[in-house]
Amino acid sequence: MASYNFKSITVVPPAKELIDIILSKTQRKTPTIIHKHYQISRIRSFYMRKVKFTESNLNEKLTGILAEFPKIEDIHPFYADLMNILYDKDHYKLALGQINMAKHLIGNVAKDYNRLLKFGDSLYRCKQLKRAALGRMCTIMKRQNSSLLYLEQVRQHLGRLPSIDPNTRTLLLFGFPNVGKSSFVNNITRANVEVQPYAFTTKSLYVGHTDYQYLRWQVIDTPGILDKPLEDRNTIEMQAITALAHLRACVVCVLDISEQCGYSLQQQCDLFNNIKPLFANKPLIVALNKIDARRPEDLSQPEKDLLEQTFKKDANVLVIPMSTLTKEGVSEVQNTACDALLAHRIEQKMAGNKVDNILNRLHVAVPKASQEIRQPHIPEGVLAQRAAGYTKPDTIRKLERDLEEELGDDYILDLKKHYDLPNPDDKYDDIPEVWQGHNIADFVDPDIVQKLEELEKEEAMLEEAGVYESEDENLTEEQMEIREKAGLIRKEKAIIRHKHRLNKHRNRTPMSERVIRKKQGVKRARSVSTVAGDVAMEVDSKFQTKKIKPGRDVSGLRDEKQVKAVRILKKRSQIKMNQFGRAGEADRHIAAKLPKHLFSGKRGAGKTQRR
Amino acid sequence: MRIEKCYFCSSNIYPGHGINFVRNDCKMFRFCRSKCHKAFKMKRNPRKVKWTKAFRKSHGKELAIDSTFELEKKRNVPVKYNRELWQNTIHAMKRIQEIRSRRQNQFIKQRLKAGKKLELKDDEKEVNQHIHLIEPRVTEEEMYNAALNKTKEKLKEKQKVLEVESMDMD
Repeated sequence: MASYNFKSITVVPPAKELIDIILSKTQRKTPTIIHKHYQISRIRSFYMRKVKFTESNLNEKLTGILAEFPKIEDIHPFYADLMNILYDKDHYKLALGQINMAKHLIGNVAKDYNRLLKFGDSLYRCKQLKRAALGRMCTIMKRQNSSLLYLEQVRQHLGRLPSIDPNTRTLLLFGFPNVGKSSFVNNITRANVEVQPYAFTTKSLYVGHTDYQYLRWQVIDTPGILDKPLEDRNTIEMQAITALAHLRACVVCVLDISEQCGYSLQQQCDLFNNIKPLFANKPLIVALNKIDARRPEDLSQPEKDLLEQTFKKDANVLVIPMSTLTKEGVSEVQNTACDALLAHRIEQKMAGNKVDNILNRLHVAVPKASQEIRQPHIPEGVLAQRAAGYTKPDTIRKLERDLEEELGDDYILDLKKHYDLPNPDDKYDDIPEVWQGHNIADFVDPDIVQKLEELEKEEAMLEEAGVYESEDENLTEEQMEIREKAGLIRKEKAIIRHKHRLNKHRNRTPMSERVIRKKQGVKRARSVSTVAGDVAMEVDSKFQTKKIKPGRDVSGLRDEKQVKAVRILKKRSQIKMNQFGRAGEADRHIAAKLPKHLFSGKRGAGKTQRR
Repeated sequence: MRIEKCYFCSSNIYPGHGINFVRNDCKMFRFCRSKCHKAFKMKRNPRKVKWTKAFRKSHGKELAIDSTFELEKKRNVPVKYNRELWQNTIHAMKRIQEIRSRRQNQFIKQRLKAGKKLELKDDEKEVNQHIHLIEPRVTEEEMYNAALNKTKEKLKEKQKVLEVESMDMD
């Protein structure tokens, strides 16, 4: 279904602007550098491209305009008529036709000049041809200025038309000017139509939306109509007439019975009679407005007769009094109108031939209320017991709470007394759970004695079979001796290996004979001195090169004992330093007092006191 | 209250010790200490970690299949307390434990036998090859003398025997 939304039509630029747009686009989007020494085919194609490009752009623009404006033949007759009234159908069609014509002309110009350009023999000629072509295109467009301006105006007006859907549920108001149509719309919808105490406040159609029976209803407010022949009506009135003629809506005829609008009841009834043919076959509601000023009962007899005569002869017409000022009867009018329209629409649908398709598929289920009375189910056993005269015992077990109240301070909570054990004497036993790292519960088995017997038998069999008999594990004396010797040998081997390792680096460094001799001499001197003291020193004095100083750790100390004591002291003094990971005595560094990584974050595995 | 087994190392977990992890399929994993818990979190397989009971059992280091194990099992059958039954059970437990430890010891002894033999062989080899490291080397002459002395002694013995025989004959 076509949606009647004319707001999305793009702007139609005036001719001058359009020409500017097109030419600048050609300049921007086609190559601009050409020289006369270029090959002639290249020059020709350069200009042909420009002409073609301009033409296609113009064509695009004009086609856009033609496509976007609604075609009067294609749209709903209501809109077609409305456009005819507002913009003059002939003028509109002419404007679009001219645009279409211009499009063709431009196409022809481009074609012609491209043909000529094929024979252009110099850059100059080609350029002139291009200039002529673009110039002619622009001239054509310039001539369409008035149509373009007109279309722009139409576009602006179309965009502001109320978006009336001609096919949906609609309430349509009509009546003389100033009878209260707009205030009715204001009352039942959120639309904000201007209401003023003078005629023709409303100059065009207005749309409001309201809800009834969870459906969306369109309420159309029309300008007032005067009672005159159709030919004499002005544009404003004609809009109302169009709506009345073309929309399949429920017509609400608003009458002012107080005659405050300046038209007598007689005049209003005449108008009704005059335009009656417009809403034949449409549900009709007559709302007698302004009852706050004059009650329908206060009408004079001739007036009553007049109303009777005008409306009551048709059974379909409903006359409802209302007041848009006090809102009395307003919703009644709305509801009756909506109901009437719904009924009418359904009637129309039923009259059509599509309805059978839908009715075939419809099924309305009407469940029947069950008559059966459902009795409670009582098991047979219970019934038998009842027949035998069984009644519920009314002895109630004494609760622990009662006991507590009874005994007072002497009460001791005893949870074990209700234990259900095979032997009641066992109730108060302390049940062992664990024995030497084993769960007693894992061994508990009613057949434990039997199973143990079986195990014992198995064990006896094993013993008999000699599983536990083993050859003497203890070693013989000879073996012991061998082992001992082997141990000693291994130790000796280890020592040899170690010695070898210690000497490794010595083997590597090449040394001259002299150096070796020297070293050996010192060594010999040392070893001799420790053994034999001064005498040996004298004997081997030729090897003595240097006086050997005692080590710094022993120098100045009296004897072995003192050395030992000093060593202990030294060790002790270093305990603290080592404990805190100090570099030396002078190291007073304090690392972070509360290291972040140890005192923040989630707790990992561990306990509060051991982390 | 129960003494549970550690999921990882199978050691005993006494009440109030260790940590318990419940997976989203409701399986409980108890750990005796953070070492086991960490190993679990690192997705270690207890059968492949040498220090666990599971490793030792699956690699034949310890007695794994035995009728005594059948007697100690978590049975999900409720048994009502009965003093006599409990007494019997505790008595049986002691005996079962005795038998089990005996069998376990036997198993280990059996397992170590081969190694011990090898060790002895090794020792013998060591002594035969490297005895000179602890005892002074015997020179050829000494060896010759020693052999000579041995044969001499033997001869003497034989002569003695012959003499005694001849005396008897006489």
